[in-house]
Amino acid sequence: MFKKQYESHESVSIIFEGKRLNVEKGLTVAAALLVSGNTVFRSSVVSGQPRAPYCMMGVCFECLIEIDGIPNQRACMAPVREAMKIKRQIKP
Amino acid sequence: MAAAITARAHGLSVLVLDEQPSAGGQIFRNIETLEATRNSEFIKLGKEYELGSSLVRRFKKCGADYFPDRSVWQIDNNLQIHHVSTSASKSNSANSSHCQAKRLLLAVGAMERPMPLPGWTIPGVMPCTAADVLYKSSGFIPDGKVVLAGSGPLLLLIGCRLLDVGVHVSAFLDTSMNGALLKALPLLPNALRSHKYLIRGLSLLWKIRKAGIPFFSGLQNIEALGSSKLEKVRIRKSGKSFDVKADLLLLHNGVVPNVQITRNLGCEHRWYDVQRYWEPIVDNWGNTSVDDVSIAGDCGRVAGAAISEASGHLAALETVYQLGIISQTERDKLSRTHRIELAKHQHVRPFLDKLFQPSKKWLIPEDDKTLACRCEEVNVSEIRETVRMGIKDPDRLKSMTRCGMGYCQARMCGLTVSEIIAEENKVSPEEIGYFRVRSPIRPVTLGQVAEID
Repeated sequence: MFKKQYESHESVSIIFEGKRLNVEKGLTVAAALLVSGNTVFRSSVVSGQPRAPYCMMGVCFECLIEIDGIPNQRACMAPVREAMKIKRQIKP
Repeated sequence: MAAAITARAHGLSVLVLDEQPSAGGQIFRNIETLEATRNSEFIKLGKEYELGSSLVRRFKKCGADYFPDRSVWQIDNNLQIHHVSTSASKSNSANSSHCQAKRLLLAVGAMERPMPLPGWTIPGVMPCTAADVLYKSSGFIPDGKVVLAGSGPLLLLIGCRLLDVGVHVSAFLDTSMNGALLKALPLLPNALRSHKYLIRGLSLLWKIRKAGIPFFSGLQNIEALGSSKLEKVRIRKSGKSFDVKADLLLLHNGVVPNVQITRNLGCEHRWYDVQRYWEPIVDNWGNTSVDDVSIAGDCGRVAGAAISEASGHLAALETVYQLGIISQTERDKLSRTHRIELAKHQHVRPFLDKLFQPSKKWLIPEDDKTLACRCEEVNVSEIRETVRMGIKDPDRLKSMTRCGMGYCQARMCGLTVSEIIAEENKVSPEEIGYFRVRSPIRPVTLGQVAEID
């Protein structure tokens, strides 16, 4: 959906769905996952449809994701940190 | 930022709570990092961005206590302000805090008007500013085929930025109101007094046309299709449907003030019919109907960066006067340059507002199965049925359908709901009103609330 224009200098490694992912330092969780090709962040609460970040500025609450065990974090507002554990919020 | 600079210049003690990670708001997002580390891109963003950079520098030096990454979730009647870390996590669990203000200035800006259409919840459909945010803050550009749909100067601007960085735009779907130009024409002579904006707008339009992007207008419907990812955009025009392959559909239907806090505080609002949104009622100095609460910038009448900056200086001068530091005469004298600046940029606004007034067609989706409320997944038909049962009040509709009760707290569906109820009752949304906005104005955990002393 989105791509980098250039290679990054510094990276941090995050753990997304149990897998290690090297991403550019300074990105938000939403940006880091989108550019790594992960477009589904959660399923919708009623019908379970796949949802992705929408507004990217903290208004719409579409990008809610579990970060370090705390659910419902806005991925577009949270910067990535070394060893951050991120999980999708998918309805079973 | 402008308000903080002026308030500090008169010796006030200023606390700035910013929900974003760095100064600059949305227009000048990530501006300091961009200038320092990605200078070629910074220059590409144009002259206004350079002006923004000087504003941020003056702001950083003005002596205001600046706290980024703070989300305000409650403001008490006595102006006690509660805030939490925006990017709350285990490593900064002590993140709740509060402060006491004598005067409160809100400069919370605007957001894109949600543009509900079939399939707008599919990953790969976003408002156009989302692409702009990813460009400014991360240096990312759309990958694959992009379709732009909507109406407004911002869509032209962002469309041109995408072309500049070599993005493949496969269609431009214009949803401007038929005959809007004719309606706006009487306002053109005055608009010519700030002709720079008009020249800029025409050059953006020209660039998009010259790039040879297929341009469609007079559309009956736009639909996003795909399951876990956008695959194509279906367009209906003159009774015929055709598909355009797309990896990203960027929507835009104008910009509306972010009224969550002013509503919550009980400030009086009025309906601005041309652009179809609510705005807090303010005087010439940004004072709202609530004592000691004023606003500056696009969280009132949406008017862009230059006007917002001037309105910030004016609101700060008023604050300094209200706190008894300068006299009324001094306030008026000091405000003169800002008033001139304000006027210079304001001539063009009525023309632009009329020219890009949202067309009714794209405010309420024709297809009744379209979700109006993304969070609780309530579609247009469910809202209409509830209204036909005699429900006229948005809050009653909310309790019956859950529409507006989700995480976004009606930020995404509020305007659509008022429009639908108004249409069903054949009145203006002004008579219908809006959802009542309650605290917490941002979702907070019980743990965060428990941290309050």
